[in-house]
Amino acid sequence: MPRLLTGNRLETGDVIWWTGDGWSLHLNDAVAVDDGGEALIAQFSPQERINDLALIDVDPAPGGWRPRTTRERVRAVGPSVRPDFALPSLPVDAI
Amino acid sequence: MYRYDEYDQAIVDARVAEFRDQVARRLNNEISEEAFKPLRLMNGLYLQLHAYMLRVAIPYGTLDSRQLRMLAHIARRYDRGYGHFTTRQNIQYNWIKLEETPDLLADLASVEMHAFQTSGNCIRNISSDQFAAAAADEIADPRPYAELLRQWSTLHPEFSFLPRKFKIAVTGSATDRAAIQLHDIGLQLVHGPGGEIGLKVLVGGGMGRTPMLAHVIREFLPVADYLGYMEAILRVYNRHGRRDNIYKARIKILVNDLGPAEFAAQVEAEWAQLKPLGLDPPPSELARIAAHFAPPVLAADAPVDIDLSNPEFANWVAVNTHPHKVPGHAIVTISLKAPGEIPGDASADQMDLIADLAQAHAGDEIRVTHAQNLVLPHVRRDALFTIWQALHAAGLATANLDRASDIISCPGLDYCTLANARSIPIAQKLAVRLARQEADLGELKIKISGCINGCGHHHAGHVGILGVDRKGEENYQLLLGGSGAEDASLARILGPGFDEDGIVAAVDKVIGRYMTLRAGPDERFLDTYRRVGAEPFKEAVYG
Repeated sequence: MPRLLTGNRLETGDVIWWTGDGWSLHLNDAVAVDDGGEALIAQFSPQERINDLALIDVDPAPGGWRPRTTRERVRAVGPSVRPDFALPSLPVDAI
Repeated sequence: MYRYDEYDQAIVDARVAEFRDQVARRLNNEISEEAFKPLRLMNGLYLQLHAYMLRVAIPYGTLDSRQLRMLAHIARRYDRGYGHFTTRQNIQYNWIKLEETPDLLADLASVEMHAFQTSGNCIRNISSDQFAAAAADEIADPRPYAELLRQWSTLHPEFSFLPRKFKIAVTGSATDRAAIQLHDIGLQLVHGPGGEIGLKVLVGGGMGRTPMLAHVIREFLPVADYLGYMEAILRVYNRHGRRDNIYKARIKILVNDLGPAEFAAQVEAEWAQLKPLGLDPPPSELARIAAHFAPPVLAADAPVDIDLSNPEFANWVAVNTHPHKVPGHAIVTISLKAPGEIPGDASADQMDLIADLAQAHAGDEIRVTHAQNLVLPHVRRDALFTIWQALHAAGLATANLDRASDIISCPGLDYCTLANARSIPIAQKLAVRLARQEADLGELKIKISGCINGCGHHHAGHVGILGVDRKGEENYQLLLGGSGAEDASLARILGPGFDEDGIVAAVDKVIGRYMTLRAGPDERFLDTYRRVGAEPFKEAVYG
């Protein structure tokens, strides 16, 4: 099962995703880190710039990824009750 | 309205400066997140699913127009144009940036507000009756007593690291609009045998994982002694409350383990030790504070009869206003529960409008209710139509107070890291579905929490809904029979849970069965449930 690395940016709290060479606000920019995830967390944690680093399980989906839990789908898109703020990671009604 | 003295303002200003320094050091990596996290939480700043969330304290739910306009300004300047009023009379902002928080807190401090003690294991915002100083049934305004508690509990060195968070509510009426039986301490103003005012003291109530109703440990406490008595309660709790298990750390567990009588005896013994120390302030201090809360001068000859020929207006007056203790006046509740909208959310523009109305028509006061609505406490009846027209134009004239679409809902999994399931979409679906028949249903309090912590007060709902996690998917339990009012009771789970559509259908079935069972149109759902029990509803839902 693919795994993605995510966290929250220190300065703003924004949800961000590891793209392989940086961080993006968009889920579908993320790359699967799979077995390398723990090593990345070990690399980034001491830098203290990203909070709540975590690996989440996803499935491949058209255009990118679909997180397996409702919680992570909400994190990726934004509040399901405010579609005006939704990021284009997934359709809001697909949460 | 209480106004800060130089001590209050100095405390808040110093705290803003201190946090500004802490934030700067964190952003420069001079302190770790592990060290910084408790510091930001002490200032009400949480990290939620999408961003930082700031919870701002609104002491006893009272604001003036200047403060509400500042809350609107903060929504515009630092958030995304709205705020969320909570079940403890606070406001939360959902899209805060850490780097902007010190400036935000400085803006708040400029109107005598702050965000500290809205998180952590300390004494939280003191809550109270939203109808204080206006209700015809109150013994006295409870807010001076709440304000003295606020001052006593602010940065109290002995009670800043309690076993767990601690919530106190104060009311001046026998009609309980502050849910005092569901707080760690509930205080009710009562008359003593000589007619003097004192306090009935309840301890050990709460919702969450282990819901319990509070026990009365003292029927009458003289006003002059109440702060020392609070100190004694907190000392007993601080000494014996459990710190080894977060789920057993609230005072309700201690009261239950010791038994209310033994707990009360320990408090009395502690109080006896404290009393000679003279901790209670002199009566002049309470009088000084009380003078700040003098109600506006209201014309006793204001007209009682008003033109109710507009049926929509007349319905709003009937549903959303209460009699004021001064004839010719009313207490207005502004519903933040238009069906389909997010319960408790208000836009910056709506806040500004309500501030304008309060300044023009309501003695410059606004109250926040624990049911996530706003109140204008002192309104001439002959101003009601003007107010209603302005509210109507802003989408704020929904006439649904205490009805089926007036649903309490926590932010749930749409925002909250603790949540297991979304609450708001359930509230929206139910409100839209039930709005058409709610006038016929009468009082029906639906309360929804997205996790076991119970911020949506599901255990106190006539109909309660609890969101749980089932293998990563949302599931909802249905509870019936709760009340947070003077007839308090804890709702009980009816049976197995449901998915999102299933819970809405299940509530529909419960209401359908109620309509066939009720003794008459005046028998509330809660009374029918108490009369017939759970079985008929279980049969209706599960077949």
